[in-house]
Amino acid sequence: MTTQSSDAHAAVPPFWRRTLFSTDHKVIGIQYAITAMVFLLVGFFLMMLMRWQLAYPGRPIPLVGGLLGATRAPGGIMLPEFYNQLGAMHGTIMIFLGVVPLAVGGFGNYLVPLQIGAPDMAFPRLNLASYWAFAAGGVVMIASFFAPGGAASSGWTSYPPLADIATTGQTFWLAGMVLLITSSLLGSINFITTIVQLRAPGLSFMRLPFFVWSQLVTSFLLLLAFPPLEAAAVLQLMDRVAGTSFYLPSGLVVGGKAMAVAGGGSPLLWQHLFWFLAHPEVYVLILPAMGIVAEIIANSSRKPLWGYRLMVYSVVFLGFMSFLVWAHHMFLTGMGTTMSAFFQTTTMIISIPSVVVLSSLVVSLWGGAIRFTTPALFALAFLPMFGIGGLTGLPLGLAATDIHLHDTYYVIGHFHYVVAPGTIFALFAGVYYWFPKATGRMMNARLGAIHFWGSFVTMNLIFMPMFIQGLAGMNRRLYDAGVQDPHLQGLQPWSVLQGWSAWALGVFQLVFIVNVFWSLRKGSRVDANPWQATTLEWAATSSPPPHGNFAVIPTVRRGPYEYSVPGAPADFTPQNAI
Amino acid sequence: MEIPYSTTARPDTGVTNSKLGIWLFLASEVMLFGSLFSAYVLLRVGAPSWPHGWAIMNVPLGALNTAVLITSSVTMVLAWVALKERDLSRYWLWMGFTVLLGVMFLSIKAFEYADKFQQGLYPSTNTFMGLYFTLTGLHALHVAAGVVVNTWLLGAGFTMWERDPDRLTHRVEAAGLYWHFVDIVWIVLFPLLYLL
Repeated sequence: MTTQSSDAHAAVPPFWRRTLFSTDHKVIGIQYAITAMVFLLVGFFLMMLMRWQLAYPGRPIPLVGGLLGATRAPGGIMLPEFYNQLGAMHGTIMIFLGVVPLAVGGFGNYLVPLQIGAPDMAFPRLNLASYWAFAAGGVVMIASFFAPGGAASSGWTSYPPLADIATTGQTFWLAGMVLLITSSLLGSINFITTIVQLRAPGLSFMRLPFFVWSQLVTSFLLLLAFPPLEAAAVLQLMDRVAGTSFYLPSGLVVGGKAMAVAGGGSPLLWQHLFWFLAHPEVYVLILPAMGIVAEIIANSSRKPLWGYRLMVYSVVFLGFMSFLVWAHHMFLTGMGTTMSAFFQTTTMIISIPSVVVLSSLVVSLWGGAIRFTTPALFALAFLPMFGIGGLTGLPLGLAATDIHLHDTYYVIGHFHYVVAPGTIFALFAGVYYWFPKATGRMMNARLGAIHFWGSFVTMNLIFMPMFIQGLAGMNRRLYDAGVQDPHLQGLQPWSVLQGWSAWALGVFQLVFIVNVFWSLRKGSRVDANPWQATTLEWAATSSPPPHGNFAVIPTVRRGPYEYSVPGAPADFTPQNAI
Repeated sequence: MEIPYSTTARPDTGVTNSKLGIWLFLASEVMLFGSLFSAYVLLRVGAPSWPHGWAIMNVPLGALNTAVLITSSVTMVLAWVALKERDLSRYWLWMGFTVLLGVMFLSIKAFEYADKFQQGLYPSTNTFMGLYFTLTGLHALHVAAGVVVNTWLLGAGFTMWERDPDRLTHRVEAAGLYWHFVDIVWIVLFPLLYLL
């Protein structure tokens, strides 16, 4: 390995080795980021189709309706079966192929080694394998649309017995998940080892940038929470392929006929295993976002983070607690009041560290001379948006109120506020903030502002009405937005507003795409540290950093956020400054 | 470019990258098999009746396989000790035994599977058989992966030894930790499925 790699680096490798099969964490990070953003767009496109059906139920889809085929939308009118596929795959793609790969695979891969002063990840070839396992998982997921009977259609949660008896697409879904789980397993081992082992001299744990802490906790969640889903997926795969009945109870009747299976299984087993993953998964979605926002808020308010230690202890506690709250997704399964009491207590406890982190970020702004750059706009908007998402979660965490709200649009509104204007805004903030580091060019601020304000307004117009719809009792999986239910018909104008807002949101994302390509060629060139930041990726290497990251491994002498230190020569003192 | 702490321990953490990495991997494996064992408990507790493993399974063969796997763990340690003492031919001998014992375990397992199929016992027969095939099947996949890695260490060992004996020793140690874990899983599986 030693001699091999130094020989290989001596000569410049061919183009495909440098771009597709490089072991450089920066190349892999960018690969992850581009792939994930394409998947975000695909997942969003599925939602735009669904929004047409919800706004104008039973009307032919304009423009693309004719391309969907008779099995999905005869005459351009969407079939309920196809709507179900879109719903299940929107969730799956957005979470497992979009947000997590962008937040962890993209930002984590690119930034963690740079922020800790390491030449690369601890296991570069494992990193490459991790990306390709992810890509293969993505291909399997997308291919499932062309399986007989279409893609998985049992919701992103794949509850049995429905998922056990669903069409072939579900088997693709399970196979795809096994690949994606393998990818994040390899990734999380790599991240934890890198952060523990490859910190630069002087970089103690309490000097780590908050983003690195968030990635460390996220990696532990991925490492320990994903295997139960892998186990659950293996059992469901056996049910579907080998005819076992782990999730099929005795005496199951489907379509009026008794199913020819041995029975004796438990559908609740899946829910326990699934949510044991999927609740920590929520924090996998949110922690890297908090990390990105913390970096940008400290930089743009020119102040140290308020309560850095408190924030670190909070995310560690949050990570630990996230393994003890899973059954608050299952209040309606009849698991008993004792269980419900336990899980609603842990749920209330876990809200405390989230509030601590969010409050610390808000307090950090106090008295700061805030620079309203594009990344700062997105990072600042994250705070109230994530706040709304978090607070609307409280009624769902209490068993009594959850009985009314369970499976309604209220739930959809709640978690979309957390993930869409929450996490995705943070990810956009991160793209605008670190684009100059990765490319050596600034992104256009005017287009950035259009992108921000357009997305901010339309996102709220889409998700805010969901709370009204949910409280009125609109079920989350209705494919006609409730036009056949007398008590829901009055809600139809909201669906029309949401539809048009979703399509407008799509237009504003075009502005972002144009901005990326324009800035790659025409953006103003920057030096190593255009934001006058303190952390190592800005202070100790060029933009973009060379292979191996640092000419000399930097020595760290202070904490990560020494902004506006009295008596210092500038309003920022880099971590490696003497 | 050289990744630090590949073969020497980092002073303040006291471990090499590969040792930390393999322990983290094993932690996730504990969660994987732990979930499956939980599934076993949940399904068994909820079942009105549960067959006795010893009435269905071939206990002598299972016991033999347990002995085979435990022995292979011992030979794995001896292979690593041989490397520590810089004795390549002894390493080859013990690692060769480890691989052979792994293959022997898989052969006995395959024979047991074929025997069950002949008796008309399939994963779909009942929940017990389903769990038996799923748990031992996943375990057998882990054994097979271990055999592949050990065989590779046996073959690649020669060239890596010339270049960097420390590196080979670390790899064998990491592979050994994995192999012992696979052994431990079987030690739980054997009583769970054959004796209870």
